[in-house]
Amino acid sequence: MSEMAAHGAHKHPPGFAHQFEDMAQQKEASTLGMWAFLVTEILFFGGMFTAYTIYRELHFESFVTGSHLLEVKFGATNTYVLICSSLTMALAIRSAQTGKRKGQIIFWLILTMILGALFLGLKLRFEWYRDYVDGIVPGISWAYNGPHAPGVQMFMCFYFFMTGVHALHMVAGLGILTVLVIMTARNKFSPEYYAPLEISGLYWHFVDIVWIFLFALLYLIGGRY
Amino acid sequence: MSEHSGHTGHVVPVSTYLLVFFALMAGTALTTGVAYIDLGRWNTVVALAIAVTKMMLVVLFFMHVKYATGLTRIVILAGFFWLGIMITLSCADELTRTWEINPAGWGGIIPFLLRLF
Repeated sequence: MSEMAAHGAHKHPPGFAHQFEDMAQQKEASTLGMWAFLVTEILFFGGMFTAYTIYRELHFESFVTGSHLLEVKFGATNTYVLICSSLTMALAIRSAQTGKRKGQIIFWLILTMILGALFLGLKLRFEWYRDYVDGIVPGISWAYNGPHAPGVQMFMCFYFFMTGVHALHMVAGLGILTVLVIMTARNKFSPEYYAPLEISGLYWHFVDIVWIFLFALLYLIGGRY
Repeated sequence: MSEHSGHTGHVVPVSTYLLVFFALMAGTALTTGVAYIDLGRWNTVVALAIAVTKMMLVVLFFMHVKYATGLTRIVILAGFFWLGIMITLSCADELTRTWEINPAGWGGIIPFLLRLF
Protein backbone atom coordinates (compact mmCIF):
# COMPACT_ATOMS: atom_id res chain seq x y z
CA MET A 1 0.00 0.00 0.00
CA SER A 2 1.38 3.40 -0.99
CA GLU A 3 -0.13 4.76 2.22
CA MET A 4 2.65 2.98 4.13
CA ALA A 5 5.22 5.25 2.50
CA ALA A 6 3.10 8.38 3.02
CA HIS A 7 2.53 7.66 6.71
CA GLY A 8 6.05 6.45 7.45
CA ALA A 9 5.97 4.82 10.85
CA HIS A 10 2.33 5.82 11.28
CA LYS A 11 0.39 2.87 9.98
CA HIS A 12 -2.14 3.37 12.77
CA PRO A 13 -2.31 7.02 13.74
CA PRO A 14 -4.35 7.94 16.82
CA GLY A 15 -8.08 7.73 16.23
CA PHE A 16 -7.72 5.22 13.39
CA ALA A 17 -10.51 2.61 13.28
CA HIS A 18 -9.32 -0.68 11.85
CA GLN A 19 -12.29 -1.48 9.63
CA PHE A 20 -10.94 1.21 7.28
CA GLU A 21 -8.08 0.88 4.80
CA ASP A 22 -6.42 4.12 5.89
CA MET A 23 -7.14 7.48 7.51
CA ALA A 24 -8.15 9.06 4.20
CA GLN A 25 -10.90 6.48 3.68
CA GLN A 26 -11.99 6.84 7.31
CA LYS A 27 -12.26 10.60 6.95
CA GLU A 28 -14.18 10.25 3.70
CA ALA A 29 -16.60 7.84 5.38
CA SER A 30 -17.24 10.12 8.35
CA THR A 31 -17.72 13.15 6.08
CA LEU A 32 -20.13 11.20 3.90
CA GLY A 33 -22.02 10.01 6.96
CA MET A 34 -22.50 13.55 8.25
CA TRP A 35 -23.63 14.72 4.81
CA ALA A 36 -26.17 11.88 4.67
CA PHE A 37 -27.54 13.17 7.97
CA LEU A 38 -27.53 16.76 6.69
CA VAL A 39 -29.50 15.66 3.64
CA THR A 40 -32.19 14.37 6.01
CA GLU A 41 -32.03 17.74 7.76
CA ILE A 42 -32.46 19.54 4.41
CA LEU A 43 -35.69 17.60 3.97
CA PHE A 44 -36.68 18.12 7.61
CA PHE A 45 -36.49 21.89 7.35
CA GLY A 46 -37.57 21.55 3.74
CA GLY A 47 -40.95 20.27 4.87
CA MET A 48 -41.56 23.48 6.78
CA PHE A 49 -40.22 25.60 3.93
CA THR A 50 -42.58 23.77 1.53
CA ALA A 51 -45.59 24.45 3.72
CA TYR A 52 -44.44 28.06 4.10
CA THR A 53 -44.14 28.43 0.31
CA ILE A 54 -47.65 27.19 -0.27
CA TYR A 55 -49.32 29.26 2.45
CA ARG A 56 -47.37 32.33 1.40
CA GLU A 57 -48.61 31.88 -2.15
CA LEU A 58 -52.19 31.45 -0.95
CA HIS A 59 -52.22 34.26 1.64
CA PHE A 60 -49.60 36.76 0.54
CA GLU A 61 -51.11 39.92 2.11
CA SER A 62 -51.46 38.19 5.51
CA PHE A 63 -47.84 37.09 5.31
CA VAL A 64 -46.71 40.63 4.46
CA THR A 65 -48.67 42.01 7.43
CA GLY A 66 -47.27 39.30 9.70
CA SER A 67 -43.73 39.79 8.45
CA HIS A 68 -43.91 43.50 9.25
CA LEU A 69 -44.55 42.57 12.90
CA LEU A 70 -40.97 41.24 13.02
CA GLU A 71 -38.06 43.63 13.48
CA VAL A 72 -35.49 43.43 10.69
CA LYS A 73 -32.67 44.80 12.88
CA PHE A 74 -32.79 41.77 15.20
CA GLY A 75 -32.99 39.30 12.33
CA ALA A 76 -30.12 40.99 10.54
CA THR A 77 -27.98 41.23 13.70
CA ASN A 78 -28.52 37.54 14.37
CA THR A 79 -27.52 36.77 10.79
CA TYR A 80 -24.25 38.65 11.29
CA VAL A 81 -23.69 36.81 14.60
CA LEU A 82 -24.13 33.40 12.96
CA ILE A 83 -21.85 34.26 10.04
CA CYS A 84 -19.16 35.22 12.57
CA SER A 85 -19.72 31.92 14.38
CA SER A 86 -19.23 30.01 11.11
CA LEU A 87 -15.91 31.79 10.60
CA THR A 88 -14.72 30.97 14.12
CA MET A 89 -15.78 27.33 13.65
CA ALA A 90 -13.85 27.09 10.38
CA LEU A 91 -10.82 28.59 12.12
CA ALA A 92 -11.11 26.07 14.96
CA ILE A 93 -10.93 23.21 12.46
CA ARG A 94 -8.05 24.88 10.65
CA SER A 95 -6.16 25.17 13.95
CA ALA A 96 -6.43 21.41 14.40
CA GLN A 97 -5.43 20.77 10.78
CA THR A 98 -2.29 22.87 11.13
CA GLY A 99 -1.23 21.32 14.43
CA LYS A 100 -1.77 24.34 16.66
CA ARG A 101 -1.80 24.00 20.46
CA LYS A 102 -5.06 22.68 21.87
CA GLY A 103 -5.52 26.02 23.66
CA GLN A 104 -5.92 27.74 20.31
CA ILE A 105 -8.48 25.20 19.07
CA ILE A 106 -10.44 25.57 22.31
CA PHE A 107 -10.29 29.36 21.97
CA TRP A 108 -12.04 29.29 18.59
CA LEU A 109 -14.55 26.66 19.75
CA ILE A 110 -15.49 28.69 22.81
CA LEU A 111 -15.80 31.84 20.70
CA THR A 112 -18.18 29.90 18.43
CA MET A 113 -20.21 28.87 21.47
CA ILE A 114 -20.36 32.43 22.76
CA LEU A 115 -21.67 33.64 19.39
CA GLY A 116 -24.22 30.82 19.29
CA ALA A 117 -25.37 31.65 22.79
CA LEU A 118 -25.54 35.33 21.81
CA PHE A 119 -27.82 34.39 18.92
CA LEU A 120 -30.14 32.50 21.26
CA GLY A 121 -30.02 35.24 23.90
CA LEU A 122 -30.91 37.99 21.42
CA LYS A 123 -33.70 35.89 19.99
CA LEU A 124 -35.22 35.01 23.33
CA ARG A 125 -34.93 38.40 24.98
CA PHE A 126 -35.59 40.86 22.14
CA GLU A 127 -37.82 38.86 19.83
CA TRP A 128 -39.73 36.05 21.50
CA TYR A 129 -40.18 37.71 24.89
CA ARG A 130 -41.32 40.92 23.24
CA ASP A 131 -43.69 38.97 20.99
CA TYR A 132 -45.14 37.38 24.12
CA VAL A 133 -45.64 40.78 25.75
CA ASP A 134 -47.14 42.25 22.54
CA GLY A 135 -49.56 39.33 22.25
CA ILE A 136 -48.53 37.88 18.90
CA VAL A 137 -47.63 34.36 20.03
CA PRO A 138 -50.36 32.05 18.72
CA GLY A 139 -51.84 29.76 21.34
CA ILE A 140 -49.81 31.27 24.17
CA SER A 141 -50.37 35.02 24.07
CA TRP A 142 -52.61 36.20 21.25
CA ALA A 143 -54.05 39.71 21.40
CA TYR A 144 -53.70 40.77 17.75
CA ASN A 145 -56.60 42.81 16.38
CA GLY A 146 -55.10 44.28 13.22
CA PRO A 147 -55.91 43.35 9.63
CA HIS A 148 -55.85 39.80 8.24
CA ALA A 149 -55.94 38.27 11.74
CA PRO A 150 -56.33 34.57 10.76
CA GLY A 151 -53.58 34.80 8.12
CA VAL A 152 -51.28 36.71 10.45
CA GLN A 153 -51.82 34.04 13.09
CA MET A 154 -50.86 31.42 10.48
CA PHE A 155 -47.73 33.40 9.63
CA MET A 156 -46.74 33.72 13.29
CA CYS A 157 -47.21 29.94 13.66
CA PHE A 158 -44.73 29.46 10.83
CA TYR A 159 -42.39 31.99 12.40
CA PHE A 160 -42.32 30.33 15.81
CA PHE A 161 -42.17 26.77 14.49
CA MET A 162 -39.42 27.45 11.98
CA THR A 163 -37.25 29.64 14.20
CA GLY A 164 -38.07 27.42 17.19
CA VAL A 165 -36.90 24.23 15.51
CA HIS A 166 -33.86 26.16 14.27
CA ALA A 167 -33.14 27.33 17.84
CA LEU A 168 -33.36 23.72 19.07
CA HIS A 169 -30.72 22.83 16.48
CA MET A 170 -28.57 25.68 17.81
CA VAL A 171 -28.89 24.31 21.36
CA ALA A 172 -27.90 20.84 20.12
CA GLY A 173 -24.97 22.51 18.37
CA LEU A 174 -23.88 24.13 21.63
CA GLY A 175 -23.99 20.70 23.26
CA ILE A 176 -21.84 19.24 20.48
CA LEU A 177 -19.35 22.10 20.81
CA THR A 178 -19.10 21.46 24.57
CA VAL A 179 -18.20 17.83 23.86
CA LEU A 180 -15.61 19.00 21.31
CA VAL A 181 -14.02 21.36 23.84
CA ILE A 182 -13.70 18.47 26.31
CA MET A 183 -12.28 16.15 23.64
CA THR A 184 -9.76 18.80 22.57
CA ALA A 185 -8.74 19.38 26.19
CA ARG A 186 -8.11 15.64 26.47
CA ASN A 187 -5.68 15.81 23.51
CA LYS A 188 -7.83 13.72 21.17
CA PHE A 189 -7.09 15.78 18.05
CA SER A 190 -4.07 16.22 15.79
CA PRO A 191 -3.41 17.03 12.12
CA GLU A 192 -3.88 13.29 11.47
CA TYR A 193 -7.19 13.00 13.28
CA TYR A 194 -9.69 15.82 13.62
CA ALA A 195 -12.79 14.29 11.98
CA PRO A 196 -15.17 15.03 14.90
CA LEU A 197 -14.28 18.72 14.58
CA GLU A 198 -14.75 18.64 10.81
CA ILE A 199 -18.15 16.95 10.86
CA SER A 200 -19.43 19.08 13.75
CA GLY A 201 -18.36 22.05 11.65
CA LEU A 202 -20.53 20.72 8.82
CA TYR A 203 -23.50 20.59 11.19
CA TRP A 204 -22.86 24.09 12.50
CA HIS A 205 -22.52 25.59 9.00
CA PHE A 206 -25.71 23.85 7.97
CA VAL A 207 -27.64 25.46 10.84
CA ASP A 208 -26.17 28.81 9.73
CA ILE A 209 -27.39 28.23 6.15
CA VAL A 210 -30.90 27.45 7.40
CA TRP A 211 -30.92 30.74 9.28
CA ILE A 212 -29.76 32.62 6.15
CA PHE A 213 -32.91 31.40 4.40
CA LEU A 214 -35.15 31.92 7.43
CA PHE A 215 -34.03 35.55 7.68
CA ALA A 216 -34.61 36.25 3.99
CA LEU A 217 -37.98 34.49 3.87
CA LEU A 218 -39.55 35.44 7.21
CA TYR A 219 -38.33 38.97 7.88
CA LEU A 220 -38.32 40.54 4.42
CA ILE A 221 -41.63 39.49 2.88
CA GLY A 222 -43.17 42.16 0.71
CA GLY A 223 -40.27 44.52 1.32
CA ARG A 224 -39.96 47.26 3.91
CA TYR A 225 -40.51 50.34 1.76
CA MET B 1 -8.88 6.69 -3.47
CA SER B 2 -8.36 10.14 -1.99
CA GLU B 3 -6.89 12.94 -4.01
CA HIS B 4 -5.98 14.90 -0.87
CA SER B 5 -2.45 16.14 -0.41
CA GLY B 6 -1.20 13.90 2.38
CA HIS B 7 -3.61 12.41 4.86
CA THR B 8 -4.87 15.53 6.61
CA GLY B 9 -7.24 16.89 4.00
CA HIS B 10 -7.02 20.23 2.27
CA VAL B 11 -6.05 23.20 4.46
CA VAL B 12 -7.81 26.37 3.35
CA PRO B 13 -5.80 29.60 3.75
CA VAL B 14 -7.05 32.06 6.38
CA SER B 15 -7.23 34.72 3.66
CA THR B 16 -9.82 32.62 1.79
CA TYR B 17 -11.90 32.24 4.95
CA LEU B 18 -11.76 35.99 5.57
CA LEU B 19 -12.71 36.78 1.98
CA VAL B 20 -15.74 34.48 2.22
CA PHE B 21 -16.62 35.97 5.62
CA PHE B 22 -16.67 39.52 4.26
CA ALA B 23 -18.64 38.41 1.20
CA LEU B 24 -21.24 36.87 3.52
CA MET B 25 -21.45 40.02 5.63
CA ALA B 26 -21.80 42.13 2.48
CA GLY B 27 -24.51 39.82 1.17
CA THR B 28 -26.45 40.20 4.40
CA ALA B 29 -26.17 43.99 4.24
CA LEU B 30 -27.25 43.90 0.59
CA THR B 31 -30.28 41.71 1.28
CA THR B 32 -31.34 43.94 4.16
CA GLY B 33 -30.82 47.12 2.14
CA VAL B 34 -32.63 45.90 -0.97
CA ALA B 35 -35.68 45.09 1.15
CA TYR B 36 -36.13 48.83 1.66
CA ILE B 37 -36.27 49.49 -2.10
CA ASP B 38 -39.44 48.89 -4.05
CA LEU B 39 -38.74 46.27 -6.71
CA GLY B 40 -42.20 44.76 -6.60
CA ARG B 41 -42.11 41.05 -7.36
CA TRP B 42 -38.33 41.15 -7.83
CA ASN B 43 -37.71 41.77 -4.10
CA THR B 44 -38.29 38.08 -3.44
CA VAL B 45 -36.18 36.97 -6.40
CA VAL B 46 -33.25 39.17 -5.33
CA ALA B 47 -33.51 38.08 -1.69
CA LEU B 48 -33.49 34.41 -2.70
CA ALA B 49 -30.66 34.90 -5.20
CA ILE B 50 -28.51 36.51 -2.50
CA ALA B 51 -29.44 33.77 -0.01
CA VAL B 52 -28.49 31.04 -2.50
CA THR B 53 -25.16 32.78 -3.23
CA LYS B 54 -24.40 32.97 0.50
CA MET B 55 -25.31 29.32 0.86
CA MET B 56 -22.95 28.36 -1.99
CA LEU B 57 -20.10 30.30 -0.34
CA VAL B 58 -20.66 28.55 3.00
CA VAL B 59 -21.02 25.12 1.36
CA LEU B 60 -18.01 25.42 -0.94
CA PHE B 61 -15.52 27.07 1.41
CA PHE B 62 -16.56 26.73 5.06
CA MET B 63 -17.87 23.19 4.53
CA HIS B 64 -14.91 22.35 2.25
CA VAL B 65 -17.10 20.96 -0.54
CA LYS B 66 -14.87 22.68 -3.12
CA TYR B 67 -12.18 20.24 -2.04
CA ALA B 68 -14.46 17.24 -1.51
CA THR B 69 -14.79 14.07 -3.54
CA GLY B 70 -17.37 13.53 -6.27
CA LEU B 71 -19.21 11.07 -4.05
CA THR B 72 -19.82 13.73 -1.39
CA ARG B 73 -21.02 16.21 -4.00
CA ILE B 74 -23.47 13.75 -5.52
CA VAL B 75 -25.00 13.13 -2.08
CA ILE B 76 -25.44 16.88 -1.55
CA LEU B 77 -26.96 17.37 -5.00
CA ALA B 78 -29.32 14.47 -4.36
CA GLY B 79 -30.50 16.17 -1.17
CA PHE B 80 -31.36 19.36 -3.01
CA PHE B 81 -32.94 17.41 -5.82
CA TRP B 82 -35.28 15.65 -3.38
CA LEU B 83 -36.08 19.02 -1.79
CA GLY B 84 -36.97 20.24 -5.25
CA ILE B 85 -39.30 17.29 -5.78
CA MET B 86 -41.02 17.96 -2.46
CA ILE B 87 -41.58 21.65 -3.13
CA THR B 88 -42.54 21.23 -6.80
CA LEU B 89 -45.05 18.43 -6.36
CA SER B 90 -46.57 19.94 -3.19
CA CYS B 91 -47.06 23.26 -4.95
CA ALA B 92 -48.39 21.56 -8.06
CA ASP B 93 -51.00 19.86 -5.90
CA GLU B 94 -52.06 22.68 -3.59
CA LEU B 95 -51.93 25.60 -6.00
CA THR B 96 -54.02 23.87 -8.67
CA ARG B 97 -56.83 22.78 -6.37
CA THR B 98 -59.24 25.32 -7.87
CA TRP B 99 -58.62 24.35 -11.45
CA GLU B 100 -61.64 23.46 -13.52
CA ILE B 101 -61.42 21.23 -16.55
CA ASN B 102 -60.01 23.54 -19.14
CA PRO B 103 -61.48 23.36 -22.66
CA ALA B 104 -58.17 24.79 -23.87
CA GLY B 105 -56.51 21.54 -22.77
CA TRP B 106 -52.81 21.45 -21.90
CA GLY B 107 -52.30 24.93 -23.38
CA GLY B 108 -53.89 26.31 -20.19
CA ILE B 109 -50.64 25.60 -18.32
CA ILE B 110 -48.82 28.48 -19.99
CA PRO B 111 -50.95 31.40 -18.71
CA PHE B 112 -50.72 29.88 -15.21
CA LEU B 113 -46.94 29.67 -15.34
CA LEU B 114 -46.73 33.22 -16.71
CA ARG B 115 -48.91 34.49 -13.86
CA LEU B 116 -46.48 33.01 -11.30
CA PHE B 117 -43.77 35.35 -12.55
